[in-house]
Amino acid sequence: MEIAEAVLDTALIGLLLTMAWATLHTQRMSAAIALFAGFGMVLALIWARLRAPDLALAEAAIGAGLTSALLLRAASITREETIRIPTSRLWLRWLFVTAVFAWLAVHVLALSTLDGGHSLPELVTGQTPNSGVRHPVTAVLLNFRAWDTLLELLVLLLALLGFRQIARHNRHPYDADHHPAPWPLLKAWSRSLAPLLVVTGGYLLWRGSDDPGGAFQAGAVLAAALVLLRLSGQLPVFRWSRWTVRLAALTGPALFLSVAIGSAVMGEGWLNYPDNASTLLIVLIESAATVSIAVTLAFLVAGEEEDIAE
Amino acid sequence: MTIVTAYLLAGLALFLIGLHGLLTLQSMLRRIMAVNLMGSGVFLVLTALAARLPETDPVLHALVVTGLVVSISATALALRLHGALERHREDG
Repeated sequence: MEIAEAVLDTALIGLLLTMAWATLHTQRMSAAIALFAGFGMVLALIWARLRAPDLALAEAAIGAGLTSALLLRAASITREETIRIPTSRLWLRWLFVTAVFAWLAVHVLALSTLDGGHSLPELVTGQTPNSGVRHPVTAVLLNFRAWDTLLELLVLLLALLGFRQIARHNRHPYDADHHPAPWPLLKAWSRSLAPLLVVTGGYLLWRGSDDPGGAFQAGAVLAAALVLLRLSGQLPVFRWSRWTVRLAALTGPALFLSVAIGSAVMGEGWLNYPDNASTLLIVLIESAATVSIAVTLAFLVAGEEEDIAE
Repeated sequence: MTIVTAYLLAGLALFLIGLHGLLTLQSMLRRIMAVNLMGSGVFLVLTALAARLPETDPVLHALVVTGLVVSISATALALRLHGALERHREDG
């Protein structure tokens, strides 16, 4: 390891762990959430350092951006309670943590020397030309392990449905009168930022077949644009009763499922795309999934105010 | 110490910071954040393992991308439940 690289890695790791600790143990909730967002950005830098640009993009948009927005929304309806952690038997706690750390470290470090995994990346790289896309991560997500991605979209849908169920019985105080009027500067900024975000999202989706990027990154960026427009009052309330919202949230899973069923009934098997159509199918699924992911995430962050206006 | 080892240990430390927070903190929001940190620790271990060979492992990267989306879904649902609980407390 070169000196400059060692310094960079040490700084990143130090920053990451300090921010993680501070996120949990700082006094004020607003400071904790700001630290959490910063933590996400440091983590995105680390993904870039570990040669994982797909993760860096996803982390910056989802981990740092949307999760922090969710937390801010939740914090706005929470009464601040600062409960001190009891400081008795501190040494026992540290002993326990150190022991667990050492135990885990032995096992995980043993994994890092495994060489048997050599075959899997080679297999993926070898088969990527047959998958219909050129970027190996996209090939894994939408072809080799498409099953996982389908289930993941269903998990997202499930979260949305659960969110709806809870919303129905509990009116959200935040949504009613606590929603502040949009700030003029935010309005002006959102007008110029949103188109840029849409272009960025489209670009990430389009390049995803050949380079880092893809449906999840694009969906998260578009979700950010939707949230921004919603919070600045440029978009109407996201209501589940709107058919546009339902259609957008359901297209991705519906299209993916119909491709899966279609390939099982007419083709060679569940999610086994016909060779000549795989590029087309993957691009179609990715586009539909992007729209669904964007709308679902935006809905989870900034949706649903209808139950208040009774 | 190689870069992979360093990040593996950092991932473990992050997981433990989260676990420690989950077990000791009483604020619900902080606990949800702690679970998120634990998840990030696991992702860091996976990504560091993906970088251990000269050719990075796309399967692990795909797993982590999936994991990120699942983790935000779970967080959104947990925060909604938390909101419902707050509401319930105010009413009751």
